Amino acid sequence: MAPATPKKRAAGNIGRREFLSLSLRSMAGMLAGGGLLGLYIKGEKARSAPLRPPSALAEEDFLGRCLRCGLCAKDCPYDAIRMATPGGGIVTGTPYIEARKIPCYMCEDIPCQKACPSGALDKGMEHIEQARMGLAVLHDQETCLAYLGQRCEVCYRACPLLGTAMTIEYKPGENAAYFLPIVHSEACTGCGFCEHVCILDKPAIKVFDIALVKGERGPHYRKEVLR
Amino acid sequence: MATAGVVPKMGVKDAAAAEGEGIRWDKAACRFCGVGCGVEIGVKDGKMVACRGDAKSPVNRGMMCIKGYFLPKIMYGKDRLTKPLLRMKNGKFDKNGDFTPITWDQAFDIMEQKYKEALKKKGPESVAMFGSGQWTIFEGIAASKFMKAGLLSNNLDPNARHCMASAVGAFIRTFGVDEPMGCYDDIEAADVFVLWGSNMAEMHPMLYTRVTNRKVTGKAKVYVLSTFTHRSSEIADKTMIFTPQTDLAIANCIANYIVNEKKAVNKDFLKYVNFKRGTWDTGYGLRPEHPLQKKAKNVKTAKKMHPATFEEYAKHIKKYTFKYTAKLSGVSEKDLKTLAKVYANPKKKVMSFWTMGMNQHTRGVWINQLVYNLHLLTGKISEPGNSPFSLTGQPSACGTAREVGTFAHRLPGDLVVFKEAHRTKAEELWGLPKGLLPGKVGTHAVKMMRNLEDKKVNILWVMCANAFQDYANLNHWLKAARDPENFVICSDPYPTMSGMAADLMLPTAMWMEKEGAYGNSERRTQFWRQQVNPPKGAKSDLWQLVEFSKRFKVDEVWPADKVKAANASGKTLYDMLFATKAITQYPVPDTSEFANDDATDFGFHIHKGLWEEYRKFSRVKHHDLAPFDEYHKVRGLRWPVVNGKETLWRYREGYDPFVEKGSGIQFYGKPDKKALVLMYPYEPPPEMPDDEYDMWLVTGRVLEHWHSGSMTMRVPELYRAFPNAKIFMHPKDAKKRGLKRNDLAKVVTRRGEVTARVETKGRNKPPEGRIFVPWFDANVLINKCTLDATDPLSKQTDYKKCAAKVIKA
Repeated sequence: MAPATPKKRAAGNIGRREFLSLSLRSMAGMLAGGGLLGLYIKGEKARSAPLRPPSALAEEDFLGRCLRCGLCAKDCPYDAIRMATPGGGIVTGTPYIEARKIPCYMCEDIPCQKACPSGALDKGMEHIEQARMGLAVLHDQETCLAYLGQRCEVCYRACPLLGTAMTIEYKPGENAAYFLPIVHSEACTGCGFCEHVCILDKPAIKVFDIALVKGERGPHYRKEVLR
Repeated sequence: MATAGVVPKMGVKDAAAAEGEGIRWDKAACRFCGVGCGVEIGVKDGKMVACRGDAKSPVNRGMMCIKGYFLPKIMYGKDRLTKPLLRMKNGKFDKNGDFTPITWDQAFDIMEQKYKEALKKKGPESVAMFGSGQWTIFEGIAASKFMKAGLLSNNLDPNARHCMASAVGAFIRTFGVDEPMGCYDDIEAADVFVLWGSNMAEMHPMLYTRVTNRKVTGKAKVYVLSTFTHRSSEIADKTMIFTPQTDLAIANCIANYIVNEKKAVNKDFLKYVNFKRGTWDTGYGLRPEHPLQKKAKNVKTAKKMHPATFEEYAKHIKKYTFKYTAKLSGVSEKDLKTLAKVYANPKKKVMSFWTMGMNQHTRGVWINQLVYNLHLLTGKISEPGNSPFSLTGQPSACGTAREVGTFAHRLPGDLVVFKEAHRTKAEELWGLPKGLLPGKVGTHAVKMMRNLEDKKVNILWVMCANAFQDYANLNHWLKAARDPENFVICSDPYPTMSGMAADLMLPTAMWMEKEGAYGNSERRTQFWRQQVNPPKGAKSDLWQLVEFSKRFKVDEVWPADKVKAANASGKTLYDMLFATKAITQYPVPDTSEFANDDATDFGFHIHKGLWEEYRKFSRVKHHDLAPFDEYHKVRGLRWPVVNGKETLWRYREGYDPFVEKGSGIQFYGKPDKKALVLMYPYEPPPEMPDDEYDMWLVTGRVLEHWHSGSMTMRVPELYRAFPNAKIFMHPKDAKKRGLKRNDLAKVVTRRGEVTARVETKGRNKPPEGRIFVPWFDANVLINKCTLDATDPLSKQTDYKKCAAKVIKA
């Protein structure tokens, strides 16, 4: 059976938005291309730090402050925050989120943060949209249905910050356009809704530790300005 | 581009592997929307284990949406019904009993008893069937024959009434023939797309990728007209958010620009049209005692059209200046002008798309016709790229509901029950005695439920539809179903809301478990073979209808003179309607590769027999269909199929074989071959927000779920992707009511209330004062809130606007 992919792909113009947005696509593309890093970060265990509740301090500070009291989990209306049990690879008794099961619903009043008696969840964070639990990366374009030309974009439509943390790039095809989900790191909170809803048997988009996946340009470089 | 190098060649490895897996592949049509994507079905060990978009399908060219991706799972939900379930107590039927498994014989016994009681007591008008645009074409034919020619009741109406009856009304009134003149090929030829009340991005996903491709390759512009911002707005050059119901004014405003301001009427085209003035102030299809019905002047004469001239028309629309319309609709003068220029520019090929926004409208036929006016005044019709295009929601709204005519007023092939000549033709083609068919229009869908409530209809058979989730003002009908005088039957693969509301559930074989045929939005008829066996005990709708017809002797249901005329005394409806020579002449097909349970059960190829008989109807009014076997060879054919060739554009010489040489254009559905330009004004909707109910409630759908969620909610991945209906609202509206995103809130109307979570950031962004709630979720029965006001012409319910308030739950 002939594959149903368009035979040729019209060269798309690189849009202004693409230049301006801090999209993760170039990196994601590299990972999917089979780079060593791609292999390295596959799977849950490769996350250098688990997904912590919103407003959590940096992992080391967080572990220092967290009392393992479970109050954040108790006040989470969606039971998204779990308490680590021995043997799971996460420091026992600490709160974490397993996005594939239950993601962070990004409550506007941040009840977990309010419940935290120790400051491990930083009260300085005023808006839930400032949370940076991790960063979503569409790490596997080979299995992502959108990259096959199918209409899915479930991750995008489920994104609580649809339009800012995720957008769709409409890429020309032979007869039908591709609807490619793009994550924008300047807005993504790492809530994990995209990972939660991905309809594949194993998600093609996941939330990773920001430090692990975010690239960094040389300090000399200035982005071009379109006038 | 960063990604360009890494987009994988689609599925080469997958496909190769699949070929070697011992999977049998065959073509079929998708079970979901009206786009009618071609899919390939992979079967192994009697189970559908794989699927893929059909690369040979001209519709979707190998692509699918996620509903298509999960097709293999829709037949294998854990709660498939396999035995008829009857409400029973102490071994007997009891209205308040528990659902108890019984045999098919027992199910037909109780049905027979109930039907015969009702027929004896109150006659054929006391029985009704609510059918479906998801029925296969064969099932539609069987239902039509059983109800109309068998029980002599025209109380047959499909869920398509809620879906595109307004489109049908406008097609018949404007052109005299149903369904679009153009086809999907228009997309690749159009310069501008105008979406009038259609969120194609979610509702017609694969067609929308073709529209989007035109846009992103710089070949076309897209304008979206809607009452809220949605996914289709994203690629739009401009989204124009209008106050509900003012689309009527907007269409007239564009016409005013074309006719009076720009003088851009295509004068050469005017010879193909007539002008008429419609009847105004026609009420809102509510019960007669409703104050709004009493107030309306022309309820009884709503259909009337009066001769008019071009000059009168020009004068009529003069009122709809940019200024007036901008004030009424909330769309800026500048934007209205942009849109008007698109239609007025003779160089721009315009494709207008619409679905429920225009059809579910108390002035649905009007707005359909007002948009046709724009295309007719400019001659932008019946040629590649110039195309007013009504999209359908269901996979066979066109093929089954409309073409077969499973409506209360229709017969197959655009014939109608209220014309004697049409009935005579139908009797002739069905081989039935003259004068048998009833001429009184039956109860349309909404009236069916009102009559159930009034106990005028006592038997309601809901088949392949989810009536008790999809009807507006639902509380009434849920109660009516439980009335001890009424008996409700529901045929479905799953225990849906309608099943739970019924007295008897019949386990139904679905989709690939039977031979089938669907007709999509572009007049494309597509067939499939039975691919797998249904779960033991489940039977197709076709089998149910035909088998049940054996329970009636014609002497019991037909007048004596007709029984005598047909020399049919002692015969059953089965003998007279289904086991006739015309149908039994086709032997059971070879079932060595593909089973055919229906044919095997009846001992003849019933699908082929019904098709070939029905095909004769198709030739009466230019709907010509091809012979049965043709369709199993091809990826569908667009009717009229004349001399083996399908027709892409109708009414224009060179494209349409029925247009006479030298005539240019012939709207041959009309006696003088001219289409109609209709005069209609803006009229307000029946219910608008006020101090207490201060928001507009708009309902609709989401990409993940279709057909009330009865199948998609049983696919775990689709469920997870969008598990619950939400109240989409503006953040400011939420804040004013003390609500945050994800809070539970109540939507309350004069008719009912539901509780759901608030969404202020999602895919749909209503402006202040409006909320959007999808209706797929049986836990959020938003139709308890909606208003059952209907278009007086099409009898289609307006699900898009009523007054509601939102309060903290």
